[in-house]
Amino acid sequence: MGRDVTALRLADLSVSYGRTRVVEGVDLDVAEGESVALVGESGSGKSTVLKAITGLAPDWTGTIETFGRPRGHRPDLALARDCQMVFQDPYGSLHPRFSVDAVLTEALRIHRQPDDGRVARTLAEVGLDPRFRFRYPHQLSGGQRQRVAIARALILRPRLLLLDEPTSALDVSVQAEILNLLKRLRAEHGLTYLLVTHDLPVVGFLCDRLAVMRRGRIVEVAPATTLHDGAFADPYSRKLYVESLGAEETP
Amino acid sequence: MTLLSVRDLSVTFPTPRGPVRVVDGVSFDLGRERLGLVGESGSGKSMTGRAILRLIRPPGRVGGALTFEGQDLTALSERRMRAVRGARISMVMQDPRYSLNPVMTVGAQIAEGLRTHERMGRADTRRRVFEMLEAVRIDDPARVARLYPHEVSGGMGQRIMIAMMLIPKPALLIADEPTSALDGSVQGEVLRLMDDLVRARGMGLILISHDLPLVARYCDRILVMHAGRVVETCAAAELDRATHPYTRGLLAAVPRMHETRATLPVLDRSGWGGT
Repeated sequence: MGRDVTALRLADLSVSYGRTRVVEGVDLDVAEGESVALVGESGSGKSTVLKAITGLAPDWTGTIETFGRPRGHRPDLALARDCQMVFQDPYGSLHPRFSVDAVLTEALRIHRQPDDGRVARTLAEVGLDPRFRFRYPHQLSGGQRQRVAIARALILRPRLLLLDEPTSALDVSVQAEILNLLKRLRAEHGLTYLLVTHDLPVVGFLCDRLAVMRRGRIVEVAPATTLHDGAFADPYSRKLYVESLGAEETP
Repeated sequence: MTLLSVRDLSVTFPTPRGPVRVVDGVSFDLGRERLGLVGESGSGKSMTGRAILRLIRPPGRVGGALTFEGQDLTALSERRMRAVRGARISMVMQDPRYSLNPVMTVGAQIAEGLRTHERMGRADTRRRVFEMLEAVRIDDPARVARLYPHEVSGGMGQRIMIAMMLIPKPALLIADEPTSALDGSVQGEVLRLMDDLVRARGMGLILISHDLPLVARYCDRILVMHAGRVVETCAAAELDRATHPYTRGLLAAVPRMHETRATLPVLDRSGWGGT
């Protein structure tokens, strides 16, 4: 895997909602093929970073570059082909009156790409039976919906996936299935992940590095193996780790 | 001493394809202890909690026996049942943002909980509300009592909810996913607080959650539910010796802090079809 290619570069990124600045001077490089987590408590600005990259939070300053191409402040079709997002809540992120087929072909239509059997192939990749293709979200379970959301993100063959708490709305057994799926897809397609989560063990399973955010800033970037011993440099990261360790009983 | 006894509890809902039993023959006894009810979505754990408070509305039907402090809950009139709800058994819901009244100040809501069950003067009410807010570790009760729910954080909202539920001094608290809407660090605070209050007042607690390790930490005993039935009962300390394949599967599926597994084991949902 070409570790020397930078899939995503954020430099001095600040994001505001109205007069409130929620992300402040974030610098982060993610190499192609790498999986990096943004962790922190609610309100730390971690999801806002993803929103700025996709264009959902347009009030930002600084630099956002994907695969060497800087992003502007307007909607960016080329960026969307390379970089897709999976949202937290599979109940809220799928259009209730769009069938699975409509959700997936809409993305192809927007990007003027033919459906050369791609819808069926993508469904198979995320482990959904072909009979789900013409169903509506309310006819699917939470895990199946999240598979559809992942298929929707994958259908344009992006190289970078932004994952916003992709499993926190799911039951543990379903979470395990989706985490395994994300891990397999990354290996098969050489994908780059930027994952937002508050769940440190999920980082240990899915990521190579993690960036700890607090009040809109990154306080520390560390390898995911730091989770094995908790040897974080920053006191806030250590606090987060200890609290999370307390929450994780070792039965 | 048994506070609550549940025998062969069932909850049935009619569907176009015939009646569905979402709770199917659940039995347990609860003393002044902390009992965890664990299971995934659809296991019937929340329905069990609601059935105890007789909150299942028609067309849902409840069967079985519920005995609380010696009285048969299923035989009580709706009026007598209202006197039990809140005063003797109360319930903390999942998300304070949706379960607190948005147009009432925090102080007024807590006072309402008290006045519904006891007659007392304004000054006494005020004093009790402030005491209760202090008990849930809110430092500045006079200020917080004047706030509206949208002005408080999720963790504080849940503490307010706990204050509201405990102020009539109930004997049993049912907490349905009390911290799933909260951040990790706040989660611990709220659970420890609830735990302290329940112990100090010698109450019974039913903690309903999907989070097995969390329940193991804050309960004495655990019932694992699957498809409306209790598949395993064990002491929280002996969770690692759980034998049912469903319980074992749930435990194994959670990623660990020291994660080294390449893939997470996935539940084989056909394996325990019978239970």
